[in-house]
Amino acid sequence: MNKNDILQRFGKKMVVLILFLSIGGLLRADEEAAIKASDIKIGMDTMWVMLTAFLVFFMNLGFAAVESGFARAKNCVNIMSKNFVVFAVSSLGFLILGWGLMFGDGVGLIGLKGLFFAGGTDNSPAIGDAYQGVYSAISWTGVPLWAKFFFQLVFCGTAATIVSGAVAERIKYQSFIVFSFVMAMLIYPVVGHWVWGGGWLAKMGMFDFAGSTVVHCVGGWAALAGVIILGPRIGKFSNGQIKSIPGHNLSLAAVGTFVLWFGWFGFNPGSTMAADPVVISHVAVTTNLAAAAAIMSATLMSYLLLGKPDLGMTLNGCLAGLVAITAPCAFVGVGSALVIGLIAGALVVLSVMMFDRLRLDDPVGALSVHLVNGVFGTICVGLFAQDKMTGTTTGNGLFFGGGLSLLKAQLAGVIIVGAFVFLMSMVAWVIIRAVMGLRVSREEEMRGLDIGEHGNEAYSGFQVFSSM
Amino acid sequence: MKLIIAYIQPHKLEDVKAALVKAEVGKMSVTNSLGCGEQMGYEESYRGIRFEVNLLKKVRLEIAVNEDYVSRAIEAIISAARTGEIGDGKIFILDLVDCIRIRTGAHGSQAIG
Repeated sequence: MNKNDILQRFGKKMVVLILFLSIGGLLRADEEAAIKASDIKIGMDTMWVMLTAFLVFFMNLGFAAVESGFARAKNCVNIMSKNFVVFAVSSLGFLILGWGLMFGDGVGLIGLKGLFFAGGTDNSPAIGDAYQGVYSAISWTGVPLWAKFFFQLVFCGTAATIVSGAVAERIKYQSFIVFSFVMAMLIYPVVGHWVWGGGWLAKMGMFDFAGSTVVHCVGGWAALAGVIILGPRIGKFSNGQIKSIPGHNLSLAAVGTFVLWFGWFGFNPGSTMAADPVVISHVAVTTNLAAAAAIMSATLMSYLLLGKPDLGMTLNGCLAGLVAITAPCAFVGVGSALVIGLIAGALVVLSVMMFDRLRLDDPVGALSVHLVNGVFGTICVGLFAQDKMTGTTTGNGLFFGGGLSLLKAQLAGVIIVGAFVFLMSMVAWVIIRAVMGLRVSREEEMRGLDIGEHGNEAYSGFQVFSSM
Repeated sequence: MKLIIAYIQPHKLEDVKAALVKAEVGKMSVTNSLGCGEQMGYEESYRGIRFEVNLLKKVRLEIAVNEDYVSRAIEAIISAARTGEIGDGKIFILDLVDCIRIRTGAHGSQAIG
């Protein structure tokens, strides 16, 4: 045979073979391009979740500064210590059990699978039907398991640290540490499971985008129980009068409030847990507007009721607006956010005055900011929600033609969470008091917890003038 | 005219002031001070090292009074500042040579007011 014969016999087969190989090659290239796109999405979502989680972590600095600024100098070391230790405790407690109780598959009340050390089976970042694991309630977000864990952890830390301000200047250090473990391992995760972990409140139709109830109400109710059982600071209520115990550093308090405001841009927009451009932009704006409106209304209220614009009230006003918008931020319009903020600012000023008159001593206004406005913000979802505002189907709130159904779900959630957290916290506080005591001695309280609890002075070398 | 110098516990200041005002002795000067006496110090520590703090925080009152107000001023201070514990403080009474009100230039008992 010669060359031409070979070509004729094998030519067609050669052409088919070459065509087959090249088409196959092209298909492979498409597959690789498709994988890259979803990798990019996972990458961006994870970046977003981690960055916003870091912002929320930074809020711990804000809390430390606000609480310290509103307290007396002789208790600063103690307050700083409490704020430091509470995040460490939350980090440990949430890892040991909290995450599992909150997001593990289980029943409406608690998670039951993957309880300890976030060790359950999980193939995050797979989402939806591709997800295989025991944390299905949070399988809607396409980021790795530890990203989800870390993001949820900093929220748990926020709830736990709310308590430290309300019980400041008179609580024993060890008692607070023990209570914080209970918060991080039991109280917070159970409520979190009900609302975010696929539990029964979510099934009932309750919505809480970033945690007015899950974080702020939980912290607030626990703080209320603490304030009641501790009693007021010595000298706060004497001779039937309400005395003022001024904070020692309002500059620090203002700096702390700025830090919290900044951190809230992680708290709210981050709760999308996805780099979703429309939602995160909308949420950032509603968040900021609520804070701005609340600052104005709190300052105005302070002018009207107290004669002068009290900085403490302005700062509390800012935080109140932020707490109030935390639940509704993705479900309401920009105008609604303004209104919510305006009401929140007025509400917090009145609350601070109310708690004083109720003889409940709250050194930093934690109850007025977190509890009262956490409740208010949760209810606002039922009033101001607009269906699919940023994509979620919430139905319309009362003011947008949705009738009472959403509002009823929100109210029910508020009451149920309130009852649960308040009762559990009371039980915890009572047990702690019986086992190790709760409040420092009178002498220690007068001298300052810095000396009594820590043997340190915050401002060594300074002569601190305090007559109380 | 007498000058009363009283060292009291800081947390007693409000009570003492209120008692003095009630006794019609409303004018005084208040400063911070550190002091030691029979009251024991306490221990502090800093990064692993323990140390004794012996100078304790006190509040010092200086009150200029006319003769007829001396005893009621002292009674007011004692009744308000006494707790029965060591560390209640001390009162010193000095003779006051003169007292001048800057605004008017008045001397003596009139200036004390």
